[in-house]
Amino acid sequence: MADSNGRRVVILGCGRVGSTLARQLAVDGYAVTVIDSTADSFRRLGGKFKGTKIVGNGLDQDTMRKAGVEHSNVFIAVTQGDNTNIMAVQIAREVFGAKRVVARLYDPIRSQAYREMGIVTLCTTTLAAGLIRSTVTESSECDGLREKLESWDMDYLEQVG
Amino acid sequence: MYVIVVGGGKIGYFLSKRLVQEDHEVLLLEKDRRRYSTLAEELGDVVAQGDGCEVRMMAEAGFARADVVVAVTGDDEDNLVICQMAKKKFQAPRTVARVNDPSNLAVFQKLGIDTTVSSTQIIFNLLEQQIEQGEIIPIGALKNGNLEIVMIGVSEKSPVLGELIKSLVLPGNAMIISVVRNDNAILPQADTRFEAEDSVIAIVAADVESDLRSIFSEGH
Repeated sequence: MADSNGRRVVILGCGRVGSTLARQLAVDGYAVTVIDSTADSFRRLGGKFKGTKIVGNGLDQDTMRKAGVEHSNVFIAVTQGDNTNIMAVQIAREVFGAKRVVARLYDPIRSQAYREMGIVTLCTTTLAAGLIRSTVTESSECDGLREKLESWDMDYLEQVG
Repeated sequence: MYVIVVGGGKIGYFLSKRLVQEDHEVLLLEKDRRRYSTLAEELGDVVAQGDGCEVRMMAEAGFARADVVVAVTGDDEDNLVICQMAKKKFQAPRTVARVNDPSNLAVFQKLGIDTTVSSTQIIFNLLEQQIEQGEIIPIGALKNGNLEIVMIGVSEKSPVLGELIKSLVLPGNAMIISVVRNDNAILPQADTRFEAEDSVIAIVAADVESDLRSIFSEGH
């Protein structure tokens, strides 16, 4: 894509997180490719999405090749399965030489273990719990983040809502 | 040896049963409750119910003192994570993973799994061997020397029929180690003659396997 400036992103998993991310990055001018095992999930991307959609098993190296993982700057795994995300980012890195990989995980222990192995992991369990706790305890620690979250929600409504 | 098997499908079940018979200490972990009850009826306290990817379960199951961790669930991603976590969190000395998609074999090895087994790949190899030539069957591989142990059937039409072993010109990296005749394995001598329906066991370097095959094959 001409306006993508060669910035290519592959996202595995077109659930709420994957589809939102895909739409936002596409608006930001990235060339986005989304992989999901069911074509039906792509309805979450809406009609205006300009990226590429690929139906397939994200752990199958043929699917990854088709999605152009080897020519991408970033590979992001946001399926419902922690182990799927962990394995996908490792294949992207070891087989296709992806420089930056990100895995969304639910299990904080796995998140920590794989972070130590050099994978960028984001554990949404501790993220959500931590933010909610800071609200309950009225700690000011997460004030900045809460504002950030509000602005992200606004972005969502503007860009893709 | 303390062996932890994760995944109570057919492979996990028969493997655990066999290991118990061989007097090893075995723990079979199965996630699904219903499958667990079926297994527990058969195998007793060898079986435990839980998710082998969860560190708490792994600690309870004694991963820290396991000599071998074997991950044989039906999902490659689970088998990978079980073995990696066993290494990372519990310093498991040896991990074995079942690999369903053969293209994952190389990745798993790169990612630190000690031994990988793909039945898909094994069956494919056997079929390929059979399609290429009817009578040579791989029965084992020696990992580091690139050597294979193969079994070759001597058919009625084989060119070696009635020949003496010493008259065969074998490739440099091949050696006949036994001849199985009427279910008896014999140590072949220079003057052993090949008979129809003999099975010849040979050790051979992978790159000269086809040379060895052509010596025994029909129409040579």
